[in-house]
Amino acid sequence: MVVTQLSTRPRHGGGHSAPRSGEPRIRIRDVTLAYGSLQIIGGISLDIAPGETISVIGPSGCGKTTLLRMLAGLARPTSGGVELDGSVLGGPNRSVAIVFQDYGKALLPWRTAGGNVSLALEARGCPAKERPAIIRDLLEKIGLGQHAAKYPREMSGGMQQRLQIARCLAQEPKVLLMDEPFGALDAMTRQALQDEVLGLVATTGATMVFVTHDIEEAIYLGDRIVCLQPNPGRVGRIVDVSLARPRDQLLTREDPEFLRLRRELYDLIKDDHQ
Amino acid sequence: MSAASVLKNGGRAAALPVALIVLAQVAATVTQLESDSLASPADIAKAFVSLMGDGTLLKATADTLKAAAAGCLLGVGAGSLLGIVLGLFRIADDALDLTIELLRPVPVVALIPVVMMLLGFGAEMEIVIIALGMLWPSVVLARAAVKEVEPRLMEVSNVLQLGFAARVWKIVLPAILPQLFMSLKLAAGYALVVAVTVEITANPLGLGYGIMMAQQALRPAEMFAYLIWIGAVGWLISVLLNVAQRTFFPAFVNGEGR
Repeated sequence: MVVTQLSTRPRHGGGHSAPRSGEPRIRIRDVTLAYGSLQIIGGISLDIAPGETISVIGPSGCGKTTLLRMLAGLARPTSGGVELDGSVLGGPNRSVAIVFQDYGKALLPWRTAGGNVSLALEARGCPAKERPAIIRDLLEKIGLGQHAAKYPREMSGGMQQRLQIARCLAQEPKVLLMDEPFGALDAMTRQALQDEVLGLVATTGATMVFVTHDIEEAIYLGDRIVCLQPNPGRVGRIVDVSLARPRDQLLTREDPEFLRLRRELYDLIKDDHQ
Repeated sequence: MSAASVLKNGGRAAALPVALIVLAQVAATVTQLESDSLASPADIAKAFVSLMGDGTLLKATADTLKAAAAGCLLGVGAGSLLGIVLGLFRIADDALDLTIELLRPVPVVALIPVVMMLLGFGAEMEIVIIALGMLWPSVVLARAAVKEVEPRLMEVSNVLQLGFAARVWKIVLPAILPQLFMSLKLAAGYALVVAVTVEITANPLGLGYGIMMAQQALRPAEMFAYLIWIGAVGWLISVLLNVAQRTFFPAFVNGEGR
């Protein structure tokens, strides 16, 4: 099944988002991915507007992570393609940052927090003189201002994930991909990070694709929710989220619209499991 | 550990060697040893003092250690570099794997005549042979280490579009540094063995040549003095490298990974 949706609707609520007219930031054109005879992705099409936040949910094995890896240029579609600002994405691109779930493996253990952020600055050729100020600023923004000299092993899981996000922001990405980034964190840390990420996305104007298995997280963060179905992975439905921004952990989650979406998505996912 | 227990443990460990030395001395005294192949501990000690006194031993030690260190660094350096390339590029690995497996079993001492013919006697010849001996083990260790680098880190370097040099310098090298040091540590002990072997069989310098000359001049005391000194030097190198490893890579030594 192929679902094509052009995003021309205005974004609801908060006036911080980029206008959603014109060219999409990301265009996914009928991508499929197969390993031998095993079809992982069975034809997904989607346009994502600049500044938009897309949540991707679906049962395990539906290709959420694979889709994200294709957007990051880490996996190559068997057919179809991904376009970034109108040009085909042939491989990894510094404008597309990805936050991995396993922060412990994605950070350089021999570099301090500051050093880990610096890696992304070095990669984009930022002059050495300018780096310390940018690093300080980024760590401050993500709440690690006091921990620049610490090594990842000296930090909690939440702090390590913050650090990985800071490194991704140092890429100055147009697109921020997140692969179940808060799945391994406790509830309080998760909520704090959700709000921080929303704040960062709002101030940087980045486009975000957020993969999660948590329906409430998907609603809380997203402008639209893409529900994938498994065997092979394809778009089951795309649900618009018309909740006001900025969102609030208590108020948003008590909103009747939030509860309605939650019920709708639960039913949808439940059907997929049967 | 308290000073008393260190003393006690040290005392326990020293008991056997001391007893053997005393026994050898007693045996030599009782039998009134006059031999071309054996010497009493006291005679060995006297020979050692005299060799130390005229600087022969120190000069020989410096020659051997210089050759061993140069050969070791050269071999481990070149071998690790090749190993890193093979670990990173599947094509290179496939192309060279058979060649390496064929060359690896050739005993390095079998290369002594070949290298001697090319370079003649002298330090260069010895260094080249030691380096060749260290080369293949270093290739294999470095290649395995690179293949074990966390794949997620390689993805991070992909996403950041790091160039080849930056990838090696900033990701791969730091990640495999503990294994490279391990490689160097193993090689150091082996390099001393190869150095002394080359000196005994061919090269007229260093500790191996010294022990050889003592034997041919029928001076067993001197020969054993060299032998014990070579053992002590090897032991000291291994202790120093172990301390360095524990200092610089504590997590690796404790088996906690990188």
